[in-house]
Amino acid sequence: MFAFQLIVIIFCLYAAVRVWQKIRTRGLGKRWGAFWLVFWFGVGAVVALPWTTSLLAARLGVTRGVDLVIYVSVIVLFYLVFRLTLKLEKLESNITKIVREAALSEAKKADNDLKH
Amino acid sequence: MKLAVVIPAYNEEKMIAEVVKEVRTVTPHVFVVDDGSADGTGAAAALAGATVLRHALNRGQGAALRTGIEAAARSGAEVIVTYDADGQMSAADIPALVAPVEAGFCDVALGSRFIVDHGPWTMDNGRMPFVRRLTLKAALLFTRITTGMKLTDTHNGLRAFSREAAAKLDLRCDRMAHASEILEEISRLGLRYREIPVTIKYTDYSLAKGQKLSGAFRIIRDLLMSSWMK
Repeated sequence: MFAFQLIVIIFCLYAAVRVWQKIRTRGLGKRWGAFWLVFWFGVGAVVALPWTTSLLAARLGVTRGVDLVIYVSVIVLFYLVFRLTLKLEKLESNITKIVREAALSEAKKADNDLKH
Repeated sequence: MKLAVVIPAYNEEKMIAEVVKEVRTVTPHVFVVDDGSADGTGAAAALAGATVLRHALNRGQGAALRTGIEAAARSGAEVIVTYDADGQMSAADIPALVAPVEAGFCDVALGSRFIVDHGPWTMDNGRMPFVRRLTLKAALLFTRITTGMKLTDTHNGLRAFSREAAAKLDLRCDRMAHASEILEEISRLGLRYREIPVTIKYTDYSLAKGQKLSGAFRIIRDLLMSSWMK
Protein backbone atom coordinates (compact mmCIF):
# COMPACT_ATOMS: atom_id res chain seq x y z
CA MET A 1 0.00 0.00 0.00
CA PHE A 2 1.26 3.47 -0.93
CA ALA A 3 1.77 6.17 1.69
CA PHE A 4 -0.84 8.28 -0.13
CA GLN A 5 -3.46 5.56 0.28
CA LEU A 6 -2.62 5.20 3.95
CA ILE A 7 -2.94 8.94 4.58
CA VAL A 8 -6.31 9.16 2.80
CA ILE A 9 -7.67 6.10 4.63
CA ILE A 10 -6.60 7.52 8.02
CA PHE A 11 -8.23 10.83 7.09
CA CYS A 12 -11.47 9.06 6.07
CA LEU A 13 -11.55 7.20 9.39
CA TYR A 14 -10.99 10.47 11.26
CA ALA A 15 -13.80 12.14 9.26
CA ALA A 16 -16.16 9.19 9.92
CA VAL A 17 -15.43 9.36 13.68
CA ARG A 18 -16.16 13.11 13.64
CA VAL A 19 -19.46 12.46 11.83
CA TRP A 20 -20.36 9.78 14.39
CA GLN A 21 -19.59 12.20 17.27
CA LYS A 22 -21.74 14.87 15.62
CA ILE A 23 -24.65 12.44 15.24
CA ARG A 24 -24.38 11.44 18.92
CA THR A 25 -24.30 15.05 20.14
CA ARG A 26 -27.16 15.85 17.73
CA GLY A 27 -25.02 18.33 15.84
CA LEU A 28 -25.98 16.47 12.67
CA GLY A 29 -29.32 14.92 11.73
CA LYS A 30 -29.48 11.09 11.36
CA ARG A 31 -30.17 11.14 7.61
CA TRP A 32 -27.43 13.65 6.82
CA GLY A 33 -25.11 11.81 9.23
CA ALA A 34 -25.77 8.49 7.48
CA PHE A 35 -25.04 10.14 4.12
CA TRP A 36 -21.66 11.42 5.34
CA LEU A 37 -20.76 8.08 6.97
CA VAL A 38 -21.48 6.23 3.71
CA PHE A 39 -19.56 8.90 1.81
CA TRP A 40 -16.38 8.68 3.92
CA PHE A 41 -16.44 4.84 4.04
CA GLY A 42 -16.97 4.87 0.27
CA VAL A 43 -13.98 7.14 -0.28
CA GLY A 44 -11.87 4.96 2.02
CA ALA A 45 -12.95 1.78 0.18
CA VAL A 46 -12.20 3.25 -3.25
CA VAL A 47 -8.75 4.42 -2.13
CA ALA A 48 -7.94 1.07 -0.43
CA LEU A 49 -9.21 -1.02 -3.37
CA PRO A 50 -8.73 1.13 -6.49
CA TRP A 51 -9.50 -1.76 -8.87
CA THR A 52 -13.15 -1.72 -7.75
CA THR A 53 -13.64 1.60 -9.55
CA SER A 54 -12.29 0.09 -12.79
CA LEU A 55 -14.82 -2.76 -12.51
CA LEU A 56 -17.68 -0.33 -11.98
CA ALA A 57 -16.36 2.03 -14.68
CA ALA A 58 -16.29 -0.80 -17.24
CA ARG A 59 -19.92 -1.65 -16.44
CA LEU A 60 -21.00 2.01 -16.77
CA GLY A 61 -19.13 2.56 -20.03
CA VAL A 62 -16.39 4.81 -18.64
CA THR A 63 -12.84 3.96 -19.76
CA ARG A 64 -10.90 4.35 -16.52
CA GLY A 65 -11.90 3.96 -12.88
CA VAL A 66 -10.20 7.23 -11.99
CA ASP A 67 -12.38 9.07 -14.56
CA LEU A 68 -15.52 7.62 -12.96
CA VAL A 69 -14.38 8.85 -9.53
CA ILE A 70 -13.81 12.36 -10.92
CA TYR A 71 -17.20 12.46 -12.69
CA VAL A 72 -19.06 11.30 -9.59
CA SER A 73 -17.10 13.74 -7.37
CA VAL A 74 -17.95 16.71 -9.60
CA ILE A 75 -21.65 15.78 -9.62
CA VAL A 76 -21.71 15.33 -5.83
CA LEU A 77 -19.88 18.66 -5.31
CA PHE A 78 -22.30 20.55 -7.57
CA TYR A 79 -25.24 19.04 -5.73
CA LEU A 80 -23.79 19.98 -2.35
CA VAL A 81 -23.15 23.57 -3.50
CA PHE A 82 -26.75 23.74 -4.73
CA ARG A 83 -28.07 22.50 -1.39
CA LEU A 84 -25.85 24.92 0.52
CA THR A 85 -27.01 27.83 -1.63
CA LEU A 86 -30.66 26.99 -0.96
CA LYS A 87 -29.96 26.62 2.73
CA LEU A 88 -28.17 29.98 2.80
CA GLU A 89 -31.08 31.68 1.03
CA LYS A 90 -33.50 30.16 3.52
CA LEU A 91 -31.32 31.42 6.37
CA GLU A 92 -31.18 34.92 4.85
CA SER A 93 -34.93 34.95 4.45
CA ASN A 94 -35.43 33.86 8.07
CA ILE A 95 -33.10 36.62 9.30
CA THR A 96 -35.12 39.16 7.28
CA LYS A 97 -38.34 37.83 8.77
CA ILE A 98 -37.02 38.28 12.33
CA VAL A 99 -35.60 41.75 11.62
CA ARG A 100 -38.87 42.91 9.99
CA GLU A 101 -41.07 41.54 12.75
CA ALA A 102 -38.89 43.17 15.41
CA ALA A 103 -39.09 46.53 13.60
CA LEU A 104 -42.89 46.30 13.26
CA SER A 105 -43.52 45.24 16.87
CA GLU A 106 -41.17 47.96 18.13
CA ALA A 107 -43.12 50.55 16.13
CA LYS A 108 -46.41 49.18 17.45
CA LYS A 109 -45.11 49.37 21.03
CA ALA A 110 -43.94 52.96 20.54
CA ASP A 111 -47.34 53.83 19.07
CA ASN A 112 -49.16 52.28 22.06
CA ASP A 113 -46.86 54.11 24.50
CA LEU A 114 -47.72 57.40 22.79
CA LYS A 115 -51.45 56.71 23.07
CA HIS A 116 -51.29 55.99 26.84
CA MET B 1 -58.49 59.27 1.73
CA LYS B 2 -55.46 58.48 3.86
CA LEU B 3 -52.25 58.59 1.84
CA ALA B 4 -49.01 57.16 3.29
CA VAL B 5 -45.54 57.40 1.79
CA VAL B 6 -42.97 54.69 2.53
CA ILE B 7 -39.28 55.58 2.27
CA PRO B 8 -36.66 52.85 2.72
CA ALA B 9 -33.38 54.44 3.79
CA TYR B 10 -29.85 53.17 4.30
CA ASN B 11 -27.13 55.59 5.42
CA GLU B 12 -29.05 58.61 4.13
CA GLU B 13 -28.38 60.95 7.08
CA LYS B 14 -27.42 63.79 4.73
CA MET B 15 -30.57 63.74 2.59
CA ILE B 16 -33.37 62.10 4.58
CA ALA B 17 -34.56 65.15 6.55
CA GLU B 18 -34.89 67.22 3.38
CA VAL B 19 -36.73 64.35 1.62
CA VAL B 20 -39.14 63.80 4.54
CA LYS B 21 -39.90 67.52 4.81
CA GLU B 22 -40.63 67.69 1.07
CA VAL B 23 -42.93 64.65 1.20
CA ARG B 24 -44.72 66.04 4.26
CA THR B 25 -45.89 68.96 2.13
CA VAL B 26 -48.10 66.35 0.39
CA THR B 27 -49.07 64.07 3.31
CA PRO B 28 -48.27 63.96 7.03
CA HIS B 29 -48.12 60.14 6.98
CA VAL B 30 -44.51 59.38 6.14
CA PHE B 31 -42.95 56.02 7.12
CA VAL B 32 -39.17 55.84 6.95
CA VAL B 33 -37.63 52.39 7.30
CA ASP B 34 -34.07 52.81 8.57
CA ASP B 35 -32.52 49.67 7.11
CA GLY B 36 -29.73 49.12 9.63
CA SER B 37 -27.95 52.39 8.87
CA ALA B 38 -24.62 53.04 10.57
CA ASP B 39 -25.26 56.79 10.65
CA GLY B 40 -28.05 58.92 12.12
CA THR B 41 -30.61 58.28 9.36
CA GLY B 42 -33.38 57.19 11.74
CA ALA B 43 -32.93 60.12 14.14
CA ALA B 44 -32.81 62.64 11.30
CA ALA B 45 -36.00 61.21 9.76
CA ALA B 46 -37.81 61.24 13.13
CA LEU B 47 -36.78 64.87 13.74
CA ALA B 48 -38.16 65.78 10.33
CA GLY B 49 -41.53 64.33 11.33
CA ALA B 50 -41.54 60.79 9.94
CA THR B 51 -42.63 57.62 11.71
CA VAL B 52 -39.42 55.60 11.84
CA LEU B 53 -39.17 51.81 11.77
CA ARG B 54 -35.73 50.41 12.39
CA HIS B 55 -34.21 47.23 10.97
CA ALA B 56 -31.53 46.07 13.41
CA LEU B 57 -29.56 44.67 10.46
CA ASN B 58 -29.30 45.84 6.86
CA ARG B 59 -31.66 43.59 4.88
CA GLY B 60 -31.97 45.50 1.62
CA GLN B 61 -34.40 47.85 -0.03
CA GLY B 62 -36.95 45.14 -0.85
CA ALA B 63 -37.18 44.02 2.78
CA ALA B 64 -37.39 47.62 4.00
CA LEU B 65 -40.21 48.35 1.56
CA ARG B 66 -42.18 45.34 2.81
CA THR B 67 -41.80 46.54 6.41
CA GLY B 68 -42.88 50.07 5.46
CA ILE B 69 -45.85 48.92 3.38
CA GLU B 70 -47.05 46.70 6.22
CA ALA B 71 -46.72 49.53 8.76
CA ALA B 72 -48.56 51.92 6.44
CA ALA B 73 -51.36 49.41 5.90
CA ARG B 74 -51.66 48.82 9.66
CA SER B 75 -52.00 52.57 10.15
CA GLY B 76 -55.08 52.50 7.93
CA ALA B 77 -53.60 54.02 4.77
CA GLU B 78 -55.80 53.58 1.70
CA VAL B 79 -53.14 54.48 -0.86
CA ILE B 80 -49.47 53.63 -0.25
CA VAL B 81 -46.68 55.34 -2.18
CA THR B 82 -43.09 54.06 -2.32
CA TYR B 83 -40.42 56.74 -2.55
CA ASP B 84 -36.61 56.87 -2.62
CA ALA B 85 -34.52 58.42 0.14
CA ASP B 86 -31.70 59.86 -1.97
CA GLY B 87 -33.48 63.03 -3.09
CA GLN B 88 -33.88 61.92 -6.73
CA MET B 89 -37.65 62.16 -6.68
CA SER B 90 -39.99 65.07 -6.56
CA ALA B 91 -42.86 65.08 -4.06
CA ALA B 92 -44.78 67.29 -6.50
CA ASP B 93 -45.28 64.16 -8.65
CA ILE B 94 -47.15 62.31 -5.89
CA PRO B 95 -50.66 63.82 -6.37
CA ALA B 96 -50.72 62.96 -10.10
CA LEU B 97 -49.42 59.47 -9.32
CA VAL B 98 -52.02 58.84 -6.65
CA ALA B 99 -55.00 60.31 -8.54
CA PRO B 100 -55.82 57.31 -10.82
CA VAL B 101 -55.53 54.87 -7.87
CA GLU B 102 -57.70 57.06 -5.70
CA ALA B 103 -60.27 57.39 -8.48
CA GLY B 104 -60.30 53.61 -8.92
CA PHE B 105 -58.99 53.67 -12.53
CA CYS B 106 -56.18 51.32 -11.58
CA ASP B 107 -54.76 49.34 -8.63
CA VAL B 108 -51.18 50.42 -9.13
CA ALA B 109 -49.62 53.55 -10.62
CA LEU B 110 -46.01 53.24 -11.75
CA GLY B 111 -43.79 56.29 -12.12
CA SER B 112 -41.92 56.56 -15.41
CA ARG B 113 -39.01 58.76 -16.42
CA PHE B 114 -39.46 58.02 -20.05
CA ILE B 115 -43.00 58.87 -21.11
CA VAL B 116 -43.93 61.64 -23.48
CA ASP B 117 -42.98 64.65 -21.45
CA HIS B 118 -39.30 64.37 -22.24
CA GLY B 119 -39.52 62.04 -25.25
CA PRO B 120 -38.58 58.38 -25.26
CA TRP B 121 -35.11 57.58 -23.91
CA THR B 122 -34.34 61.09 -22.91
CA MET B 123 -34.17 62.39 -19.41
CA ASP B 124 -34.87 65.54 -17.50
CA ASN B 125 -31.38 66.99 -17.34
CA GLY B 126 -29.31 64.79 -19.66
CA ARG B 127 -27.22 63.33 -16.86
CA MET B 128 -28.17 59.67 -17.00
CA PRO B 129 -24.98 57.69 -17.65
CA PHE B 130 -24.92 55.64 -20.86
CA VAL B 131 -24.35 52.34 -19.00
CA ARG B 132 -27.36 52.97 -16.77
CA ARG B 133 -29.54 53.77 -19.78
CA LEU B 134 -28.38 50.57 -21.47
CA THR B 135 -29.07 48.54 -18.31
CA LEU B 136 -32.58 50.02 -18.06
CA LYS B 137 -33.26 49.14 -21.71
CA ALA B 138 -32.20 45.56 -21.03
CA ALA B 139 -34.48 45.55 -17.98
CA LEU B 140 -37.42 46.66 -20.19
CA LEU B 141 -36.79 43.74 -22.52
CA PHE B 142 -36.44 41.35 -19.56
CA THR B 143 -39.75 42.58 -18.07
CA ARG B 144 -41.49 42.27 -21.44
CA ILE B 145 -40.36 38.64 -21.71
CA THR B 146 -41.03 37.60 -18.10
CA THR B 147 -44.29 39.47 -17.44
CA GLY B 148 -45.65 40.51 -20.83
CA MET B 149 -45.93 44.08 -19.48
CA LYS B 150 -45.18 46.78 -22.01
CA LEU B 151 -43.60 49.48 -19.85
CA THR B 152 -41.38 52.46 -20.52
CA ASP B 153 -39.58 52.34 -17.14
CA THR B 154 -39.14 49.21 -15.06
CA HIS B 155 -36.93 50.33 -12.20
CA ASN B 156 -38.59 53.46 -10.95
CA GLY B 157 -39.05 53.50 -7.18
CA LEU B 158 -41.99 55.92 -7.29
CA ARG B 159 -45.18 53.84 -7.25
CA ALA B 160 -48.65 54.07 -5.73
CA PHE B 161 -50.64 51.04 -4.59
CA SER B 162 -54.19 50.78 -3.42
CA ARG B 163 -54.35 49.23 0.04
CA GLU B 164 -55.93 46.06 -1.42
CA ALA B 165 -53.28 45.71 -4.13
CA ALA B 166 -50.45 46.17 -1.62
CA ALA B 167 -51.94 43.46 0.60
CA LYS B 168 -52.03 40.97 -2.28
CA LEU B 169 -48.35 41.29 -3.26
CA ASP B 170 -46.27 38.27 -2.28
CA LEU B 171 -42.81 39.84 -2.24
CA ARG B 172 -39.74 37.88 -1.19
CA CYS B 173 -36.71 39.55 -2.76
CA ASP B 174 -34.87 41.44 -0.05
CA ARG B 175 -32.50 43.40 -2.21
CA MET B 176 -32.69 45.24 -5.53
CA ALA B 177 -34.55 42.47 -7.39
CA HIS B 178 -37.73 43.60 -5.62
CA ALA B 179 -38.38 46.14 -8.41
CA SER B 180 -38.69 43.36 -11.00
CA GLU B 181 -40.51 41.15 -8.49
CA ILE B 182 -43.18 43.83 -7.96
CA LEU B 183 -43.83 43.90 -11.72
CA GLU B 184 -44.00 40.09 -11.83
CA GLU B 185 -46.55 40.17 -9.02
CA ILE B 186 -48.64 42.86 -10.74
CA SER B 187 -48.70 40.65 -13.83
CA ARG B 188 -49.38 37.42 -11.89
CA LEU B 189 -52.23 38.94 -9.88
CA GLY B 190 -53.72 40.66 -12.92
CA LEU B 191 -53.67 44.05 -11.17
CA ARG B 192 -54.71 47.06 -13.24
CA TYR B 193 -51.74 49.40 -13.69
CA ARG B 194 -50.89 52.70 -15.31
CA GLU B 195 -47.65 54.53 -15.96
CA ILE B 196 -47.53 58.16 -14.89
CA PRO B 197 -44.76 60.57 -15.96
CA VAL B 198 -42.47 61.59 -13.12
CA THR B 199 -39.24 63.56 -12.88
CA ILE B 200 -36.01 62.05 -11.61
CA LYS B 201 -33.25 64.46 -10.62
CA TYR B 202 -29.79 63.05 -11.25
CA THR B 203 -27.55 64.76 -8.75
CA ASP B 204 -23.92 63.86 -8.02
CA TYR B 205 -25.14 62.46 -4.69
CA SER B 206 -27.82 60.20 -6.21
CA LEU B 207 -25.53 59.03 -9.00
CA ALA B 208 -22.86 58.06 -6.47
CA LYS B 209 -25.45 56.07 -4.49
CA GLY B 210 -27.13 54.55 -7.53
CA GLN B 211 -26.93 51.04 -8.94
CA LYS B 212 -23.89 49.82 -10.86
CA LEU B 213 -24.01 47.53 -13.90
CA SER B 214 -22.81 44.63 -11.73
CA GLY B 215 -26.02 45.08 -9.72
CA ALA B 216 -28.00 43.85 -12.73
CA PHE B 217 -26.39 40.41 -12.49
CA ARG B 218 -27.18 40.23 -8.80
CA ILE B 219 -30.79 41.19 -9.53
CA ILE B 220 -31.11 38.32 -12.04
CA ARG B 221 -29.54 35.90 -9.56
CA ASP B 222 -31.90 37.05 -6.75
CA LEU B 223 -34.93 36.72 -9.02
CA LEU B 224 -33.96 33.18 -9.98
CA MET B 225 -33.35 32.23 -6.36
CA SER B 226 -36.65 33.70 -5.18
CA SER B 227 -38.58 31.86 -7.89
CA TRP B 228 -36.93 28.58 -6.83
CA MET B 229 -37.68 29.24 -3.18
CA LYS B 230 -41.38 29.98 -3.78
